[in-house]
Amino acid sequence: MFISPFKLRRMGMLGMNCRNRDFIGRYNDRRLYPLVDNKLETKLLAQEHQVATPQLRFVVKEQHEISQIEKSLDKLSGFAIKPAKGSGGKGIWVIVKRDGADFIKSSGAKITLEDIRRHMSNTLAGLYSLGGVSDEVLVEDLIEFDDCFDGFSFEGVPDIRVVVFRGFPVMAMLRLATHASDGKANLHQGAVGVGLDLATGRCLNAVQFGKPVYEHPDTKRSLKEIKVPDWRGLLCLASRCYDMTGLGYIGADLVLDANRGPELLELNARPGLAIQVANGFGLLPRLRHIETLKDKHYRTAEARVDYVMREFAAKTLL
Amino acid sequence: MKMQRIPFYAMVMGLIIAGLITAWLRHTTTEVPFLPGEQKPVWLIEARIDFVATGGQTTVRLDLPDAPPGFRLIREQAASPGYGFAVLDDNQNRRAEWTRRQVAGPQTLYYNAQYLPVSQNSSAIEAEPPQVAEVFWDEPEATAARELLRGALSRSTTPASTARELIKLLSPNSPDQNAQLLLVAEPQRSQLLVKLLNQAGVAARTALGLYLEDARRRQNLTSMVELYTEEGWLLINATTGEQGVPENLLLWSRGEYSQLDVIGGQNSRLSFSMIKQTVPAMALSQVQFQDNIFSMLGVYSLPIEEQSMFKLLFLLPLGALVVVFMRVMVGLRTAGTFMPILISLAFLQTSLIPGLISFVLIVGFGLLLRNYLSYLNLLLVARIATLIVLVIFLISILSLVGYQMGLNAGITVTFFPMIIIAWTIERMSILWEEEGAHEVLIQGGGSLLVAVIAYLLMSLTVVNHLSFNFPELNLIILALILMMGQYTGYKLSELRRFRSMEQFD
Repeated sequence: MFISPFKLRRMGMLGMNCRNRDFIGRYNDRRLYPLVDNKLETKLLAQEHQVATPQLRFVVKEQHEISQIEKSLDKLSGFAIKPAKGSGGKGIWVIVKRDGADFIKSSGAKITLEDIRRHMSNTLAGLYSLGGVSDEVLVEDLIEFDDCFDGFSFEGVPDIRVVVFRGFPVMAMLRLATHASDGKANLHQGAVGVGLDLATGRCLNAVQFGKPVYEHPDTKRSLKEIKVPDWRGLLCLASRCYDMTGLGYIGADLVLDANRGPELLELNARPGLAIQVANGFGLLPRLRHIETLKDKHYRTAEARVDYVMREFAAKTLL
Repeated sequence: MKMQRIPFYAMVMGLIIAGLITAWLRHTTTEVPFLPGEQKPVWLIEARIDFVATGGQTTVRLDLPDAPPGFRLIREQAASPGYGFAVLDDNQNRRAEWTRRQVAGPQTLYYNAQYLPVSQNSSAIEAEPPQVAEVFWDEPEATAARELLRGALSRSTTPASTARELIKLLSPNSPDQNAQLLLVAEPQRSQLLVKLLNQAGVAARTALGLYLEDARRRQNLTSMVELYTEEGWLLINATTGEQGVPENLLLWSRGEYSQLDVIGGQNSRLSFSMIKQTVPAMALSQVQFQDNIFSMLGVYSLPIEEQSMFKLLFLLPLGALVVVFMRVMVGLRTAGTFMPILISLAFLQTSLIPGLISFVLIVGFGLLLRNYLSYLNLLLVARIATLIVLVIFLISILSLVGYQMGLNAGITVTFFPMIIIAWTIERMSILWEEEGAHEVLIQGGGSLLVAVIAYLLMSLTVVNHLSFNFPELNLIILALILMMGQYTGYKLSELRRFRSMEQFD
């Protein structure tokens, strides 16, 4: 029922208290939080630093703009609606295509323009924001998933979470939506977490509900075939998020677009701990190792990524 | 990193030590007990004065004890209808005075006082040694006294040993002729001893003491001798030769003052009765040390209304400690960080079971109503305001129904913090929509569990007593909270959450 704390310590598992005090508290300046808590700010900052993100179409900031939404949507057939201050993927609607005057969501549900208006109005009122503060709505281009993930995800978006500490990617995980997770990529809702080797982008280990799995529960595709293309480019993108925000301990959520390559979806200043279970080992030894490094030797994202690909390469794969 | 922690730990230690020392000082100087319900024995002594008034103006004066060694006066009062009463205090000599303009016939006056036995403080050395009184004898007593003294002085070195030798010589079966002669002239053994000591150049005086025995009536004062030594006044029993003040002796009168004066009366008689009582140490401390600095800094100096508020306020840190412990060490999820403390404070007013039932009822109904509100598509602030109004209605209805059913608990429901409850309902409802009923049950149950644990702790009599009488103990709680704020180990919940890591070990 319980695991011994000494065993966890030996495996280098990072606990919530330690993460909050020794890493988030020490390396994340609270002043910088709005940069990642607001997706619009993250996106603008990313554009400034030439970090690729999904193309932003338009932003709705006031309730009265919603009545004229039709015109703006006219040009788009598929798009994603996101609350700027939402967390954990809440309030995100993905419209894959049109059906006459109506829209089809990624789940297959048919919705009307009126539904979209109400959703936007709720979002602006703060339904999905932390603490219920007023919010903004982002409308973005759809991501065209790279076909390397075909058969690995059910209904939803496979995204890659990279924990970046002082600019060094220290751990990565691919999150695959399943039928049990209802197309969402949240591990505690039943998504499959696949730990990725930092050197190669290949599968290390995979878990669903904390239990090891070897194939996707819905599509039955063997998970050891996973190999993320352009792995080094993806890690460099994650690493640059540190230069961009100045936050020392972040989780970067990335996606692979078939045409545009790796793109940054969102940043998280309080990344969760489940990534350790997906990888099958703790973060702590890597974090402590990075703490001993001197900044001046690793000024560029490329230098940092090369260092971790060399230093943190896995000895065995799944 | 290690170096930065030293000032922190020093501060934590400082807080703990400051809390403990202040509490200890408060305990020793004002005798506030550490445990509630502690009892202390006190002596209730009643002096009864009987006399026959002659019909004119009457004044009765009774000498009262002045700081008797081994006892402390708690309170005193006189019961004597028709008489004016005052306690006069001149030149360190306290006297009770009864006055009445016209009175005739047999009269009885009562004076009673409560004395607390305390550890004996060494008797004060007077600034200048008291004068040795001049002694005059008629012949043949003068010769007898000289002879007796010569014998006693030759066998002694100090005033105390002189007194001891004299008492030996004056003992009833003493063969000494001089002693027999003097005892016939001065039958009061203590008076005789005082005279002889003064003649020997030792300042001495008579003292009257009262032997305390439980439930005794009609007791008289016992005559004793006090002589001045280098260490101050020393009490000697003129009959037994025992030195020092016995534990059960209350020195009623010291020095050459008259014990009882009755002007306008005759056949006066003074007698004492006494009884041993036990009183709560808490009440005793409050009566005695009203002017002490610790009492002034304590809560008791405030009006009752503020006191009861502080009673709750001083319990809050303990509740905060429980919340910190449950969240940091155990990893329990609660709805709202400190909402559980407020609920547990409400439980203190409603008592546990009725409080739990009404809380669950209010939140349950609130969630139902909130469910309907979500169809109205209201803006957030308006929605919560609506909830507050609805919660007030719910609480009023619960109170009324409870009252009509004859449940007193119904009325105390109003102690629940309504705005906090409205927010709780709102957050739980959002939680329900986003994470499902399971998460609502986990967080709601977690909050209630923390609230119940905090309530059980806060309702302990010992905890109540300590937090109210020793507010400085909250410094220790503060230190504990600071220490837990530094804890970076695993939470209990993480040991469960990461249990699947077992397979990778």
